[in-house]
Amino acid sequence: MDLITGITLLLLYQLAGESIILLLELPVPGPVVGMLLLFLTLLIRGRVGVALEATATGLLSHLSLLFVPAGVGILVHIDMITNEWLPITAALILSTLLTLAITALVMKWTHSLIRGKSRKT
Amino acid sequence: MDPQFNPWEKQKNMNGNEFSSIWVYLSATPLLGLTLTLAAYITAFTLYRWSGHNPLLNPVAISVALLICLLLGTGTRYDDYFAGAQFVHFLLGPATVALAVPLYLQLGRLRALLLPIVVSLLIGTCVAAVSAVGIARLLGASPATLLSLAPKSVTAPVAMGIAERIGGLPSLTAVLVVTTGIVGAVVGFKIFALLGITDDSVKGVAIGLTSHGIGTARAFQVSPEAGAFSGLAMALSAIVSALLLPWLMALLGFTR
Repeated sequence: MDLITGITLLLLYQLAGESIILLLELPVPGPVVGMLLLFLTLLIRGRVGVALEATATGLLSHLSLLFVPAGVGILVHIDMITNEWLPITAALILSTLLTLAITALVMKWTHSLIRGKSRKT
Repeated sequence: MDPQFNPWEKQKNMNGNEFSSIWVYLSATPLLGLTLTLAAYITAFTLYRWSGHNPLLNPVAISVALLICLLLGTGTRYDDYFAGAQFVHFLLGPATVALAVPLYLQLGRLRALLLPIVVSLLIGTCVAAVSAVGIARLLGASPATLLSLAPKSVTAPVAMGIAERIGGLPSLTAVLVVTTGIVGAVVGFKIFALLGITDDSVKGVAIGLTSHGIGTARAFQVSPEAGAFSGLAMALSAIVSALLLPWLMALLGFTR
């Protein structure tokens, strides 16, 4: 029963998110608004229920599975990807390396900057 | 749905033996695509576990490769496969909503690290989009490809929404998102070692921002802390990207 309750809750929040997007014509995808609404609810409520925590953990522990159908979609775009293989491959690999490195370094530096400041005061 | 779809046409092409006629019948129902997706993932995940979580044997990459070989080998069209696989794909929406739970459970650490996270989030999100679009443009990619590349580091359901909004191709974006996730999961922790990053919260934020759910799956194998921060960065960067990217792409003159 926990699974059904959990899934229903998640779907209700997604539905609420999608409705808000349509009503307010926001540029954000529906599930993101659903996530924000659920986060706010948890903040107000002060705890996560057993059903919701079990369902969320279960769903997120095999998150990679959910990307498989989209990945197989490479078949549909194979012509476009073979035509532009160099810019696509270079952009994906270099940009991924760059993003990993810059994000990690920025976070490390700001973190030590704050720690340094708080130690002095 | 598709006027070209005709199962009898396919049967003629496949020698008409018993196995292929069963395959043709089943591939017209959602059952086959769904079962194949789950079976391919279980195979890939078992292989990954046997290898001692070798990042080169990324479960998504292996599952996708297995399924592509199977579809090409049997002449099954992607649309027929997706009729079943869509049930798995659909769960990306509820999974995005579910990210609120780890986000909430990490609230204490989120508060303590709020400023470093916000700063790296804003910079990282811009670097992810601008570097991808910039490199592809220098090498002569078409406008449709450029706009589909922009949200490549954002988790799939949100990235597809952004692509649609800015004029990219959502289904191409999905492929680019998955590839980015795999690249990040394979090389991420090697890069951190090279840069001398030791803090698991920093590793988590960087890999979650760059490689969304696939990076988060990898981060959870390194430590629960890296995983939680990766999930956090993925959720926050989805929000930041959804708000920032349409504006950023317009600013850089990439609109259709």
